Amino acid sequence: MTRISWLAALILAAATALPASADDAAPIAVTLKDHRFTPSEIHVKANMASEIRLTNADSTAEEFDSSALHVEKVVAGGANGIVRLRPLAPGHYPFMGEYHSGTARGVVIAE
Amino acid sequence: MLATLLIVFREVIEAGLIVGIVLAATKGVAGRTWWVCLGIAAGVTGAAAVATFAGQIAGLFAGSGQEIFDAAILLLAVTMLTWHNVWMAGHGRAMAHEMKQVGAQVSAGERPLAALAVVVGIAVLREGSEVVLFLYGIASQGGTSAAAMLIGGALGLAAGAATTALMYFGLLAIPAGRLFGVTSGLITLLAAGMAAQAVLFLQQGGFMEYLTRTVWSTSWLLSQDSIVGRLLHTLVGYNDSPNGAQLLVYAATVLIIVALTRIERARHPNRGAVARAA
Repeated sequence: MTRISWLAALILAAATALPASADDAAPIAVTLKDHRFTPSEIHVKANMASEIRLTNADSTAEEFDSSALHVEKVVAGGANGIVRLRPLAPGHYPFMGEYHSGTARGVVIAE
Repeated sequence: MLATLLIVFREVIEAGLIVGIVLAATKGVAGRTWWVCLGIAAGVTGAAAVATFAGQIAGLFAGSGQEIFDAAILLLAVTMLTWHNVWMAGHGRAMAHEMKQVGAQVSAGERPLAALAVVVGIAVLREGSEVVLFLYGIASQGGTSAAAMLIGGALGLAAGAATTALMYFGLLAIPAGRLFGVTSGLITLLAAGMAAQAVLFLQQGGFMEYLTRTVWSTSWLLSQDSIVGRLLHTLVGYNDSPNGAQLLVYAATVLIIVALTRIERARHPNRGAVARAA
């Protein structure tokens, strides 16, 4: 049964990915104002879960969107939201505000 | 205008693909147009409501309201898709046989149609609420003229509808005898992809934070940002760097649907035999 062996391989691969260790570090504060992120370059520790606390200082909603980080988070105008990042391998992970992708851009750097 | 067009198209295309699959899966079933339209209408209404209350929804569950909401409606869609496939495994073959014999529409009973209408409604609601938020943002900013925005929105909508038509007629090009198998397979993978997406939302919301590490990455081969990557993400849940929990749930969803349809098919042996003989 090739299907079963394929599934077994899949489950094994999944099981080898260890659970994320709970990260007690304070969330990283990021502000969105005039459709720009400040800071737009966010440094996190590699292989550790982390959190971004996004404050939307604009009056309209924005979606923090990143396919690299696998995050889609809508933050209403004048509100704030927590963006949880999974443990990341070292590298650059771009993100954007989907509704104003011309200006609202940034990158998470895991190192 | 172009920016509006692109973003509306990007959201509509995802809902459009799902509507196309549902239409193909219900070909020849009486009353399906009504149910699909009902699903779309409910989805649009829901999208406006969700966009209006986005702030309030996000504030629920200690700031994880959006994630819980997204995960909940995705899992509801998964349940409905599973129900549809299981029901069709029991009744579908006989139905297909009847269709070939009479060459007319058959009444499938309204249960699976209602389930698929819910799926259509959820797909439209999810993508639609983003479109509403986006358009509202542009409108209140005053940067683009209302006319340009409306035209961009309408063109995006038309392009999305064209995607539905392409998906639908593409599937109908498959010989009738095999269409049932293909749509069942597509619906199974669609459901598994949605379940894996729901896992991601739960993890984002701070729940179920197990196996969050990325297991493999195929972004070098096919980025999830590319058009093909996005299409495959919607259709079969393609993810260029899935984590462990997502893979487990994806596999489990496929296994459960396959197991349930086999059990259901076994419970209706005669109907299956009739269809196979035809």
